Amino acid sequence: MELTLWTYEGPPHVGAMRIASSMKDIHYVLHAPQGDTYADLLFTMIERRGQRPPVTYTTFQARDLGGDTAELVKKNINEAVERFKPKTLLVGESCTAELIQDQPGALAKGMGFDMPIVNLELPAYSKKENWGASETFYQLARTLLKEKVSSTKKISPLRWKEFGRRPKVNILGPSLLGFRCRDDVIEIQRILSEQGIDTNVVAPLGASPDDIERLIDAEINICLYPEIAEASCEWLKRNFGMEYTNTIPIGIKNTIEFINEVHKKLDLPLTNKKELENKSKLPWYSKSVDSNYLTGKRVFIFGDGTHAIAAAKIAKEELGFEVVGLGTYSREMARQVRATAKELNLEALITNNYLEVEDAMKKAAPELVLGTQMERHSAKRLGIPCSVISTPMHVQDVPARYSPQMGWEGANVIFDDWVHPLMMGLEEHLIDMFKHDFEFVDGHQSHLGHTATNTKDILNSDEKKEKNSKEEIIWTESGRAELTKVPFFVRGKVKTNTEKYAILRGIPEISDETLYDAKAYFS
Amino acid sequence: MSKVEFNKEAGPREVFCGLTSIVWLHRRMPDAFFLVVGSRTCAHLIQSAAGVMIFAEPRFGTAILEEKDLAGLADAHEELDRVVNDLIARRPEIKTLFLVGSCPSEVIKLDLATVAEKLNNRFLGQVRFVNYSGSGIETTFTQGEDGALKALIPLMESSNEEKLLLVGTLANNVEDRFKKIFGNLGISNVESFPPRQSTELPKIGKKTKVLLTQPYLSETVRDLKHRGCEIISAPFPLGIEGSTEWFLAAAKAFKISEIKVHEIISPLINRAKLALESHKEILKGKRLFLLPESQLEISLARFLHNECEMDLIEVGTPYLNKELMKEEINLLPDNTKIVEGQHVEKQLDRVRESNPDLVVCGMGLANPLEAEGISTKWSIEMVFSPIHGIDQAADLANLFSKPLKRNQILTSKTLVTH
Repeated sequence: MELTLWTYEGPPHVGAMRIASSMKDIHYVLHAPQGDTYADLLFTMIERRGQRPPVTYTTFQARDLGGDTAELVKKNINEAVERFKPKTLLVGESCTAELIQDQPGALAKGMGFDMPIVNLELPAYSKKENWGASETFYQLARTLLKEKVSSTKKISPLRWKEFGRRPKVNILGPSLLGFRCRDDVIEIQRILSEQGIDTNVVAPLGASPDDIERLIDAEINICLYPEIAEASCEWLKRNFGMEYTNTIPIGIKNTIEFINEVHKKLDLPLTNKKELENKSKLPWYSKSVDSNYLTGKRVFIFGDGTHAIAAAKIAKEELGFEVVGLGTYSREMARQVRATAKELNLEALITNNYLEVEDAMKKAAPELVLGTQMERHSAKRLGIPCSVISTPMHVQDVPARYSPQMGWEGANVIFDDWVHPLMMGLEEHLIDMFKHDFEFVDGHQSHLGHTATNTKDILNSDEKKEKNSKEEIIWTESGRAELTKVPFFVRGKVKTNTEKYAILRGIPEISDETLYDAKAYFS
Repeated sequence: MSKVEFNKEAGPREVFCGLTSIVWLHRRMPDAFFLVVGSRTCAHLIQSAAGVMIFAEPRFGTAILEEKDLAGLADAHEELDRVVNDLIARRPEIKTLFLVGSCPSEVIKLDLATVAEKLNNRFLGQVRFVNYSGSGIETTFTQGEDGALKALIPLMESSNEEKLLLVGTLANNVEDRFKKIFGNLGISNVESFPPRQSTELPKIGKKTKVLLTQPYLSETVRDLKHRGCEIISAPFPLGIEGSTEWFLAAAKAFKISEIKVHEIISPLINRAKLALESHKEILKGKRLFLLPESQLEISLARFLHNECEMDLIEVGTPYLNKELMKEEINLLPDNTKIVEGQHVEKQLDRVRESNPDLVVCGMGLANPLEAEGISTKWSIEMVFSPIHGIDQAADLANLFSKPLKRNQILTSKTLVTH
């Protein structure tokens, strides 16, 4: 049993709903009690969808449990097929139905329908949402394509040459309730098209079962979100020989690497290599003098695996930040995130518990947080600027404007979204120059909400918790007075560093001189 | 009784389960904690319905059952014990802990009553434990509050003091208004259940006169009757009419003359009528379809027809307690079509066929209906907003006139400049 106050991921059947709702001509009969329909509002409210998810909930009640819940399942399947006439039917159960073991998938298969039926077994007591989405997409592809395995020749990534046409690829992984998937798909298709590569199928977002059957018309698969598409890509590789890409095109370097990877797999010469550097404004914006102030900004990153890893790379290599924390809630991506963290000399935080993330954030003392909606709230409480880079998301993370994360435009969006929450460059230079003016002592703060950064709060915060570990370090009057003169936006960092220094040197009392000693020591 | 048409319907539903009521109960009793014993689905449901992220540490959580908990019930009991111990160590300010049953805990027959009893002995004098079920296989949305209140009744001490007990969660400001008005009427001993602190439970007994503020408390009413309380029969205090009847019923029970009531509330009524005018202008003659969810539907239909002159197409309700709703049903216009239960697809067919001007529905259905060109009002807002009482009548009407008004603004051309 796990105590959870808030969870990053929903149950696995919500993952299945994401696949079903992303697609056309599919219906999902979910054996579930009243109340599980709450999941509809994720789609209709957060994504502002104008259609209900294509889901029929069997809505069994306590009084049905003594009787025949299997009949109820069949009745609902019949009604759903009659009403929605899906080309493929998904049948599964939510957590409670799993316990009563009606096996709705097997029931559905015995009802004599012509359409393919995918029996979804998603263990609700051990797995979570992204796993459920991945498994559903995989089972769907498998069901619709397995008969073609024996009759299809291994697909060579080079066969487009024989066919005398442009190479074709599938873009796999984008789904509803994924982070900016709607726009990533447009951006990646545009980039591929510029390179003379056609998109065969995008799935699950916008695809129909017919499109899934057409997947094997392409030469290779673009695995856009491993959390959702890797299992399917792997199956297509094993059974049809279709290769798939590993690079996630988020950030300039990875977008270029992605293009290289695709070209290499397809044996397509890359003709416009030089141009690629200038496709996005990020490299120049990052190089321009105004961005000097970004150097070494301490950034804390937490999200799904794909976006967290990409963010770490962009932060370090493209914006010149210092990554001071990296983690994910996706256990499935833990290995990759750990590897990236290791390269950054960090230990990855792999957890489901947002309070642990908040604690780690506090300890890392970042100047910018890149996280999910939850980290946005945690950062707000700590008075740290934040940009949202990953699901779970809120309605504001589905913006009206075109705002991908991937490709050239994605890099532009990322530059703006990450840098704007920080103070404007020039503004910070000025503040630095004038930091001893009265405006910057307590009570006079900028427009940013520095909720927890006045001296009193900083001196009092964590005092109780840390007292023992810090072995009674005392701030003297002169030390306190000097600390108030430090600009509010670095005060927390100065305090931590000074205390660290005091412990290191065994200094029991921090005076104004200790502050200067520490400053010299750490500079 | 008016000639109301009763129908029953069964099938797939689109309603919240009883766990959702934790969203307002925890705000009413800030010293209580609601621990759902359930699945990741339960946790996800509550956080999705409540927008939990704004809380640093919310006063509700879920003990998520894992595979090993399902293998043996003895272990599950032990695990729950451990979770509760951790929780109380972390949150020493908790005074009452509600163990809330869910669909999975009910199906595996986790005995929360026994667990609560054991914990009560262990934490005697520190934390009180009660249990109830908010499971979707037994309860709908607001019924969760019924379960939570019923669970508290055994903890209420007996008293033979004469008092008026308002039963059902009210917004604090509305509660204050009601107490002031009752004071003016000459009823000074007024208490509320649930109280603002879980430890300050009202004492009850034969001289307790219960006046319900919410229509979804069947079980609570039954247990209060068992404790000797007198239940005052009245419509619910939504809108001017309902609130007036409600005050009159209370006054009658306390042998206060009708004249006195009218004397006190007439100025309020006049003021409220004035405030209601502009909303009535928009709502008058508009056709309303209420889908079942909050169990407030019948009272809302009565208010929107009788005071705002809307036409009722269909009044859905998740379940119907005819005894409890007697006074409300009496006030409905003839031939009102009440549908108890739901077959969401068939009901949406009827919505489309009847071409309503406004549909009251859950959040899962609102945007899809809007996309079809049908104006909607989400029902969950009714349980979060202060809508009770005469002073709030215009605010209540505003919830329904606003979407229509907005629609009108967005579809009309008012500026001549290009």
